[in-house]
Amino acid sequence: MSGYQGKKNIPRITSDRLLIKGAKIVNDDQSFHADIYMEDGVIKQIGENLIVPGGVKIIDAQGRMVIPGGIDVHTRFQMPDRGMTAADDFYQGTRAALAGGTTMIIDHVVPEPGVSLIAAFNQWREWADHKSCCDYSLHVDITEWHKGIQEEVEALVKDHGVNSFLVYLAYKDIFQLNDSQMYEVFSGIRDMGAIAQVHAENGDIIAEEQKRILGLGITGPEGHVLSRPEEVEAEAINRAVTIANQTNCPLYVTKVMSKSAADVIAQARKKGTVVYGEPISASLGTDGTHYWSKNWAKAAAYITSPPLSPDPTTPDYLNSLLACGDLQVTGSAHCTFNTSQRAVGKDNFTLIPEGTNGTEERMSIIWDKCVVTGKMDENQFVSVTSTNAAKIFNLYPRKGRIAVGSDADLVLWDPDTTKIISAKSHHLAVEYNIFEGIEVRGAPLAVISQGKIVLEDGNLHTTEGSGRYITRKPFPDYVYKRIKARSRLADLRGVPRGLYDGPVCEVTVTPKVMTPVTSSKTSPIKTAPQPVRNLHQSGFSLSGAQIDDNIPRRPTQRIVAPPGGRANITNLG
Amino acid sequence: MSYQGKKNIPKITSERLLIKGGRIVNDDQSFYADIYMEDGVIKQIGDNLIVPGGVKTVEANGKMVIPGGIDIHTHLQMPFRGTTTVDDFSQGTKAALAGGTTMIVDHVIPEPGASLVEAFERWREWADEKTCCDYSLHVDITHWSDSTKLEVESLIKEKGVNSFQVYMAYKDLYQMSNSELYEIFTFLGEHGGIAQVHAENGEIIAEEQTRMLEMGITGPEGHVLSRPEELEAEAVFRAVTIASQTNCPLYVTRVMSKSAADIISQARKKGNVVFGEPITASLGTDGTHYWSKNWAKAASFVTSPPLSPDPTTPDYLNTLLSSGDLSVTGSAHCTFTVAQKAIGKDDFTQIPEGVNGVEERMSVIWDKAVVTGKMDENMFVAVTSTNAAKILNLYPRKGRIAVGSDSDLVIWDTDAIRTITAKTHHSAAEYNVLEGMELRGAPLLVICQGKIVLEDGNLHATSGTGRFIPCTPFPDFAYKRVKARKQMATLKAVPRGMYDGPVSEFTAMSRGGTPSASTRSSPTKAPLRNLHQSGFTLSGPEEAPIRPAGRRIVVPPGGRSNITSLS
Repeated sequence: MSGYQGKKNIPRITSDRLLIKGAKIVNDDQSFHADIYMEDGVIKQIGENLIVPGGVKIIDAQGRMVIPGGIDVHTRFQMPDRGMTAADDFYQGTRAALAGGTTMIIDHVVPEPGVSLIAAFNQWREWADHKSCCDYSLHVDITEWHKGIQEEVEALVKDHGVNSFLVYLAYKDIFQLNDSQMYEVFSGIRDMGAIAQVHAENGDIIAEEQKRILGLGITGPEGHVLSRPEEVEAEAINRAVTIANQTNCPLYVTKVMSKSAADVIAQARKKGTVVYGEPISASLGTDGTHYWSKNWAKAAAYITSPPLSPDPTTPDYLNSLLACGDLQVTGSAHCTFNTSQRAVGKDNFTLIPEGTNGTEERMSIIWDKCVVTGKMDENQFVSVTSTNAAKIFNLYPRKGRIAVGSDADLVLWDPDTTKIISAKSHHLAVEYNIFEGIEVRGAPLAVISQGKIVLEDGNLHTTEGSGRYITRKPFPDYVYKRIKARSRLADLRGVPRGLYDGPVCEVTVTPKVMTPVTSSKTSPIKTAPQPVRNLHQSGFSLSGAQIDDNIPRRPTQRIVAPPGGRANITNLG
Repeated sequence: MSYQGKKNIPKITSERLLIKGGRIVNDDQSFYADIYMEDGVIKQIGDNLIVPGGVKTVEANGKMVIPGGIDIHTHLQMPFRGTTTVDDFSQGTKAALAGGTTMIVDHVIPEPGASLVEAFERWREWADEKTCCDYSLHVDITHWSDSTKLEVESLIKEKGVNSFQVYMAYKDLYQMSNSELYEIFTFLGEHGGIAQVHAENGEIIAEEQTRMLEMGITGPEGHVLSRPEELEAEAVFRAVTIASQTNCPLYVTRVMSKSAADIISQARKKGNVVFGEPITASLGTDGTHYWSKNWAKAASFVTSPPLSPDPTTPDYLNTLLSSGDLSVTGSAHCTFTVAQKAIGKDDFTQIPEGVNGVEERMSVIWDKAVVTGKMDENMFVAVTSTNAAKILNLYPRKGRIAVGSDSDLVIWDTDAIRTITAKTHHSAAEYNVLEGMELRGAPLLVICQGKIVLEDGNLHATSGTGRFIPCTPFPDFAYKRVKARKQMATLKAVPRGMYDGPVSEFTAMSRGGTPSASTRSSPTKAPLRNLHQSGFTLSGPEEAPIRPAGRRIVVPPGGRSNITSLS
């Protein structure tokens, strides 16, 4: 409940005063009845019989739930793709978000390889500052890797309030980084206290499969999912987890789309890895059977990567893992394209621009699939739609909690409303909605963003450009407390031993990494009169109890294998 | 039961031999019977056999007679930077015979860029001159190009090789990229070969090695610190994914850690055709010795993937071997003298890699797995001999006691106890990684090609008597399933009319190129709401009947959600 006062970046955009009476406040840890009074976009008082100035606008919640506004951790509004731009820009996109009960979005900056990260970041800031209707923050994608990029990443962390960076394991020859580069990125990110996000799919295999599928004459949207089977997603996650462990870097997997992928994350968490998984509206709400639709435009509307799984039991499975905590946060990966834009790939599925909608539907889908079905309670709902995101990205408790001092981003939630999702009524610019016809229960009744009512009685009152950029500091406690403790433990030491002074075999001087000279192979036995049995080390020192055997080995081991720890003795490195 | 494909077998012996009163142990059953063999082949099995007079008779006294062991992984006489490993084909196969192994399968390692076939011929020459028991060869693919492809094809079709190893480690030397692995696996899957992998993530190892050396860790402990078992597990996982994608049978050489074994057993549960090969060292000892203060001793354990520092590893691997999650055992025998190991005395990355184990393999497994009750004697035969023969497509000529099979037999003494030590072993190396270990179970008598080569503790092996045994492609053991899946895996496109709606303008470069910088400048000009597709076609059940049909093709009944895993 303690106050949060870091408001340096907040211009006084509002002098609105607002009182919510008779609310059931739902945080991630508890629910309780109280009134909420807010002023200047910040919650000032919580309690009963509050003393507030006269003339304050009052909302009577009538005992309904008031939850922290949703945080959509993954959007790609207005994203450029080969000269086209995603159909929903920051205005349209954030309006849709607010309509669904989401009061903050975190968008991805996608610098083209060869372009400065900071220049791209500034470009996105400019777009978003002009158009965004709710608070926003930015992830920056690392689409290539060299010394200069490392310095830019450092500058972004220190001066621009970015603490999360996405690397791609897919999109061969465009965005894809190799394992060594990932190792370096992760090491660098860990030192700066940021979070490593990964788009996890094996791009090498996908490239091969795409060739094969096209070679079979399959050019339609079904080729997209056939060339990107879920195994390839799981493989990439497993590899990213391994490298993150190795570098002691916190890992965040964006777009968890399949059961196999979710399983790898759940297993890694059981083994102690600091890893977070982000299923999205699409993977929680629908499946990939639609890729086989005979309506090309409809099938193409589902194209996203990793693709939706053709296994129709996937959404239920992912919702269960979200409910039990194996997956922690939800985004929408909202990135929409018109049919005419999708049609760029009408003869070749690899050219179809990728992305699905979901920023508006996210909260309702999770409520319907998880809370209504009894998989999670309303507190867990708040965790996965808002609080966990705020904690991971170091926005907590300013965002993600209803408390004195927190931002006045609130949603009056109606658990009983039902609506049928349709492209006819959604707030988006695109013709298709991938959730078309799905009936969901649970919807926002009123939405308050920055202390202002932006949704009331089904009407949106948003202001273009009112959204603020929210900076994020490095080393979020939620993530880095454990990482720091492990860093301290990870002291590796060599074994103190005397110098080896026995005979050393003569070899051709080529170091291992070079190709040995061909001549080395021709006459293997005759070359050097090898000491067939080297008796320099006298016989009795080879076997049995040696003085060195017992005593020194144990203490060195204790250093590298922490008590109760894993067999892997450098995973804390 | 009879096996008649003996075209390649010269008449090297006219010896006739009768084993009386033995308990024959195959992988499926044990029974009492006499065995009569002639010209290196088993001719009769049964009671009261009618045999020619004057036949040498061995009295087994009810002891077990098992098929001779097959060590599916050796590196004898391996060239290394101008020298060779200390056990050549003669010394190495003698050690094998002394331990109850009557056939070895060695790895041909062509230098990157060199011809695979030439390297294969060179290994043949070395082995023909020296081996004391039958042998086959795996060929390692150390580089990949169209000409390599042709060579692999000729090795499969003309040279009798059906298994090829690729390396996921040894960056900038042997390491293959994911795309290359995909191509190689695809090729092998089509030609009936087995894809073997050395599974470790070489990229990360290279980074970790640099880090260790920078920290001043130069001794053998740096070897294991820079190659944690997670990197082994990661590579196994990746290989499984690619093999499943390409529908190619996978064989993981040297399973050294619990994590790696777990990935294999998980993959098998998901239906992947994958075989795991733990080795003598990983079944018998652990990686705590890397911290020995005796440099030479610590260095003698250096092998890749390294022995796990977790001392519970051997027990765990023996359990998975018993349950069938791991299938075969080798030794990866590759020994160096201390002086050779000392090449890396100031830098662990330079220490030549490899451990002994060809002689100890059978006894280690008997002691750790049969004596402890993890497996019975039939399973013992399966993991030391039969499964290897099946994978190599040599079954039932090898790996089984049956009429028509080669007379490679071992009379096994379950009660013999011996202590492993470098003083008495048959290898030329000064160190033995199993030094001091007391093992129960040893061969009492070994018959190789119908001749007694070990009797009363004395070896009577002859260099150069070993024959090259050609392996044919498409072993049933692996390929029956692969073939069935191939038939299931026909992918079909969805039949739909041509899309004839509007198409956005876009910069014409394909995704494979870097988009030009200008693409980003004007973001909002695209058509905002395209109403060409009329409202009521967007929703509703228009394609409902098509979907299941299309799916039925790609998702086999009871099958996985992954619809191309069978392709």
